[in-house]
Amino acid sequence: PSSFVMLRTVCRGGKQAIGTVISPVVHAGRQVLRQYAAAAAATPSTASPQGERKKMNLFTAINDALRIALETDANACVFGEDVGFGGVFRCTVGLQEQFGDQRVFNTPLCEQGIAGFAVGMAAVGATAIAEIQFADYIFPAFDQIVNEAAKYRYRSGNQYDCGGLTIRSPCGAVGHGGHYHSQSPEAYFAHTPGLKIVMPRTPVQAKGLLLASIRDPNPVLFMEPKALYRAAVEDVPVGDYTLPLGVGQIVQEGSDVTLVGWGAQVNVLMNASEMAAELGISCEVIDLCTILPWDRDLVANSVRKTGRLVISHEAPKTSGFAAEVAATIQNCCFLSLEAPIQRVCGYDTPFPLIFEKYYVPNAYKNLEAIKSVMEA
Amino acid sequence: SQMRSLKTFQRAFSTRDWAFKPTFTPEFTTHRYEKSMPAFRVMDQEGNILCKEFENIEKDQLIDFYKLMRKLNVTDTVFNISQRQNRVSFYMTSWGEEAEVIGSTAAIKFEDMVYPQYREQGGLMFRGFSIQDMAHQLFGNKNESGKGRQMPVHYGDKDKNWMTVSSPLGTQVPQAAGAGYHYRIRGEDKICMVYFGDGSASEGDSLTALNFAATLKCQTLFFCRNNLYAISTPADDQFAGDGIAPRGPAFNIPTIRVDGNDLFAVYNATKIARDIIVKEKGPVLIESLSYRVGDHSTSDFSKMYRDEEEMKKWENYLPIISDPILRLHKYIEKNNLIQDLEKVEKEWDDEVRKEVMKALTVAEKEKKAKISDLFLGVYHDKPLHLQEQEKELFDHLEKYGSEYGLKDYEAEQFA
Repeated sequence: PSSFVMLRTVCRGGKQAIGTVISPVVHAGRQVLRQYAAAAAATPSTASPQGERKKMNLFTAINDALRIALETDANACVFGEDVGFGGVFRCTVGLQEQFGDQRVFNTPLCEQGIAGFAVGMAAVGATAIAEIQFADYIFPAFDQIVNEAAKYRYRSGNQYDCGGLTIRSPCGAVGHGGHYHSQSPEAYFAHTPGLKIVMPRTPVQAKGLLLASIRDPNPVLFMEPKALYRAAVEDVPVGDYTLPLGVGQIVQEGSDVTLVGWGAQVNVLMNASEMAAELGISCEVIDLCTILPWDRDLVANSVRKTGRLVISHEAPKTSGFAAEVAATIQNCCFLSLEAPIQRVCGYDTPFPLIFEKYYVPNAYKNLEAIKSVMEA
Repeated sequence: SQMRSLKTFQRAFSTRDWAFKPTFTPEFTTHRYEKSMPAFRVMDQEGNILCKEFENIEKDQLIDFYKLMRKLNVTDTVFNISQRQNRVSFYMTSWGEEAEVIGSTAAIKFEDMVYPQYREQGGLMFRGFSIQDMAHQLFGNKNESGKGRQMPVHYGDKDKNWMTVSSPLGTQVPQAAGAGYHYRIRGEDKICMVYFGDGSASEGDSLTALNFAATLKCQTLFFCRNNLYAISTPADDQFAGDGIAPRGPAFNIPTIRVDGNDLFAVYNATKIARDIIVKEKGPVLIESLSYRVGDHSTSDFSKMYRDEEEMKKWENYLPIISDPILRLHKYIEKNNLIQDLEKVEKEWDDEVRKEVMKALTVAEKEKKAKISDLFLGVYHDKPLHLQEQEKELFDHLEKYGSEYGLKDYEAEQFA
């Protein structure tokens, strides 16, 4: 996307490249990315696989996972638009040089084609790792994902399956993405039995969860929060490791209220919890990590302890995934609840450009929700 | 290391030898498609051979093909009637397309993967799927390999390299491109053949599959059954171009157009197409011209949109009165390949009719799969929320089971 490349060029060039005039969109975007970087630094992974470690950011960790997948599985291929030269987010840098252009390759520009092609490869035994350049563009592939990949095993009576299919796609707000470079479409897919949906937050998670997703015998949608590609940095084990799917993480323990999120939003919840701590409120912050199937018992046990729940996501409020979490938790933890469950989400509008700052469920809005459940 | 890889790529791009090499001319032209691509035909509607070199099917094999074509036709007829009698809930016949489907499946290897659309049961029968197997699937009973998950005629059989049918149209076409790609890069001399109709060929999935297969070089045989109807939509409402065949060269795919009602033509064309794929390691497109004699399905009443007059219009091109079976009948008669041909045909047909009736009776009596099967196979394992939902249903059935006709399903303890 031209606007995003422009931002990176501007950032690299520094002030000299653009003089003293910066567009409000670019300025806002840089602010948001700086906030993400600061927040990401404050919330390292709680998972701790062993071995020698190296500093990686999110896209480098993903790159490393893809490399290991290609090294360890002769049937694996990585493909999508612009994957050959390294990808628009650099997730596939160096892979084509190392593994050749038959296993790492560009496809024509067609998401329904990418998804259908990937389904067919997986169906005959390949490990197909497809990329959809932005989650905003995944909708032409919706039919292949929902009607085909998700139902392959069930409808064939377990004769065929798409276990070897993984679809990776960048998602989420990035400061200047507007309608079509900011979406979080997890809720549409969470409504589809047969799929798994995974969203990492940290580089350690990203590498382990991606390897687990690739190796999981089910079709997996791996959603990568693009704002964290550069902003999230930590020491990641250089070896081959996986993290379990369907298992959430308690990022921070607390006693007064449970905060649930996924992806970049967890960092926002951590910021909110810091502000809440100044008011004497102790927050337990949970990263779902896997959205489908989600770790209900982890959240339920936490809510039975705290009695209060706030769920937050960038995606629009109505029928967002928080609705699923809220409905399930009120059902199993009703008598433990001290206050109604709060959802702090994007508004029910398309993702706006100049209003992004007002639109997103930021730390202040979450702080207000925390205060309201405490006061109830 | 990012900068190093950038320089490597820049060097690669600057020395790239472009396959796409446009040329320029001061002569202005608006290109218009001039002439319809003729369809290859070996045997005319009277059973006369027009080119001897393609009269190349061994007598015994030809008789087997003919027998199977009749078997398919009679099987379709009896199953269709059984739906009208409310025994089976749904059926789709393939009348008029017997040569097309059997001729093409017979021409490829058993190891080659086939992705059907939904009207290719003849090919599956060629590979050994029995009439009893079909009946089990139509009743969705516990013996069916798809375990009754889908509607009738959604066959699938991994042992016969036959992909499970799915209702969304055209989705199978790019999947076949992916399969063909995998075969090529794994160095296998296998192909993936995919069937799709004139209607499905309009789907975005189908058009993009051609582009993917050509660009990425996939060992895929795209077999389009142009039978001139997509439910009630005639070909004139489906495309303005010269059918599906011109789309092949547009994507740089070797293309063959063939008379789908001529067994010799279909068989030879498919064989040659397969050889091209294995040799050139890229796709081939075959457009087979035929006519959908029957209704789209038992939920369709085609007299609502076409009549005898309409069907007669196609007599000179693809006479449905003289369908693929009749054409081959005339050939066999002319060449004396079978003595007492009509008597033999009647014997065959009666035997098949009996076999289908028996298969229906057997399949009808079989139980459906256990209720717990509802929750199996959504994922590789059964996740917690599905285990809980299963328990919910079982608890419900313990109380209300008598309202549900449980005796039709394999017995199971719900406690």
